[in-house]
Amino acid sequence: MNKPKVAFFDFACCEGCQLQVTNIGEMLLDLLGVIDVVEFREVMSEKWDGEYDIAIIEGSITTRHAIKMIEKIRKRSKILIAYGSCATIGGINGMKNNFKLDDIRKEVYGKDYKYFDTIKTRAVHQVVKVDYFVHGCPVYIPEFLKVIKAVLAGLPYQVPDYSVCVECKLNENVCMYDHGITCLGPITRAGCNSWCINNNNICYGCRGMVTNPNENGAKDIIAKYNIPMDLIINKMNMYNKCRELDEDKDEQKKD
Amino acid sequence: MSKRKININVEYLTRVEGHGNIVVNVREGKLEKCELQIVEAPRFFEGMICGRSIFEAQHITSRICGICSCGHTIASIQAAEEAIGFIPTKQTIQLRQFLLYMENLDSHILHIYFLVAPDLLGVKSFVPLIDSHNKIVRLALRMKKACNDVCDILVGRHIHPISAIVGGFTKLPREKDLDAMLNIFYDIRPDMDATVELAAGLKFPEFERDTEYVALVSDDAEYPMLVGDIGSSDGKRLDKNEYKKVANEFVVPHSSAKHAKWNRESYAVGALARFNLNFQKLHSKAREVASALNMKPKVINPYLNTVAQLIECVHFLEDGIRILEDFKKEGINYDEEIIIGLNEQNRIKVQSGTGIGAVEVPRGTLFHDYQVDEKGIIVKANCIIPTNQNVNNIEHDMEKLVPEILNKSDQDVTLALEMLVRAYDPCISCSAHFLNVKYVNR
Repeated sequence: MNKPKVAFFDFACCEGCQLQVTNIGEMLLDLLGVIDVVEFREVMSEKWDGEYDIAIIEGSITTRHAIKMIEKIRKRSKILIAYGSCATIGGINGMKNNFKLDDIRKEVYGKDYKYFDTIKTRAVHQVVKVDYFVHGCPVYIPEFLKVIKAVLAGLPYQVPDYSVCVECKLNENVCMYDHGITCLGPITRAGCNSWCINNNNICYGCRGMVTNPNENGAKDIIAKYNIPMDLIINKMNMYNKCRELDEDKDEQKKD
Repeated sequence: MSKRKININVEYLTRVEGHGNIVVNVREGKLEKCELQIVEAPRFFEGMICGRSIFEAQHITSRICGICSCGHTIASIQAAEEAIGFIPTKQTIQLRQFLLYMENLDSHILHIYFLVAPDLLGVKSFVPLIDSHNKIVRLALRMKKACNDVCDILVGRHIHPISAIVGGFTKLPREKDLDAMLNIFYDIRPDMDATVELAAGLKFPEFERDTEYVALVSDDAEYPMLVGDIGSSDGKRLDKNEYKKVANEFVVPHSSAKHAKWNRESYAVGALARFNLNFQKLHSKAREVASALNMKPKVINPYLNTVAQLIECVHFLEDGIRILEDFKKEGINYDEEIIIGLNEQNRIKVQSGTGIGAVEVPRGTLFHDYQVDEKGIIVKANCIIPTNQNVNNIEHDMEKLVPEILNKSDQDVTLALEMLVRAYDPCISCSAHFLNVKYVNR
């Protein structure tokens, strides 16, 4: 079998998830032994004009130009992977959708704001079909390797749909709520091995919300600790603002 | 020769962080246009964090850039703490300095081996080197992973660090963690020696342009990374609070990007600037390496920024070992560990004010500037990124370089220009938060 042709692309993002790939050390050479990376602008000058077996997409879609580009990439790709929170759920780029677009353009770029084309931030699946998701800001390398193995074997990859708390409990962390601090672990998808809480920080919800969060449980906790609602909503909107576009398909078409 | 015509249009320059184009037009042997265009999609960070808690600033702004997220983290924390009137402990400052070392070491290794070396070895990326120079690729990956592993231990991960926050660290390294980090460092010493040896054999393009070099300067013996005034090779010195006088931005008709200049037509920040200004404060081993590589300040060949990075790597490794050994001797005070979330319990006192963070990150001096209200909500934010300060200098280099190499083929001119831009290790994702971006029609 020929090695599958793999390409990396980046849209609005920090390129940190691509960089995670170079952080796996000499194991990277094993990975490169089974795939053929044909495009990866951040570290390679090579270009490829054929079909991609696997396209790995980092970043959110935030300009009209980007919509055209991602549509082109989709057409040329057999399998498309949304890679990292910006791509899978819109991530922190979604915070822009909290503002009126013209207001935020003026805030950052002053009177020259009109030069800066921008549209509502969208996750990749809100523009084109996505076959696999690797969540996280940044992606959790063990999970990325699992997804790649699944792709190569032609198997589906099931993103865990239970909360971060499950992993957090197994790691025997003291619950952040017991420290008197709110944490988004209870409503956030697991799969990161409760990375942030292991390091005594809170969960910020970077992997997106579980599909069926325990609303009553959350309400109990919020009542028990007397937490203001706006604080929680503000926190959820740091990474998860773009979920609104999933709920309202018509919004996806609008600027 | 006078009929020489060049039209160079490099769309999406590769092996740099972010999206940039190089456009050069020469007609009748005369340079008509010479631009480094920034075409990164703007992400509006300064706008997005307004209205949010100052305790979220680090988490969000570290996402400006994956390569220098620890640098943004530290600049952000410094600005935030100054804004709310919080003074960090000595232990915290030492650990932050060490984290900054790791950030710079990691980024420099990536730049030297993966972004620059392929040009010097005549290939398009590190991928062909896996077969032709397998040992070197393995060495590079090993060093990269070493930096990454140390950051994992210290702050949870290198990309978007977890435990470095406003107020200090949520988790402090235990005795076994200090040993683990030290062992990683002792183990990569031979790899560092090998890297220096390799560099001695590399040939960099010859080109010189005298410019103003700008970096943090200080009066103590420390190579300034975390604390200092803004200094210039032209002898000027300003408090960090006056950063706007240094990075004063202006618009030029030939280019769409806002440019920065201080005492001359342009200035440069980064490893070479730091080397030129603070050479005497480098670790003795780093200075030895410098003299072995014939580097003596003031170096005015921008391609040698990569060599200055290598010299800094030796400094960060050796002085980093010193910091860890000091911690091992003196012990760490674990009472300083803080778990605060977004400070809902008011464990850290907050007052209204403004604060400016100025730290040396891989590509030069990074400024974060926040204004907060009495509840610690961000009212105004501004980030000045090293690459933005360098763009103007890069264009001035290109303007001098192109006429000097007109006798070369288009392909060689393009390569020389690409290598020049890459030498500055530009971080375009970072810079696109405030640069004036012109959308090139494609």
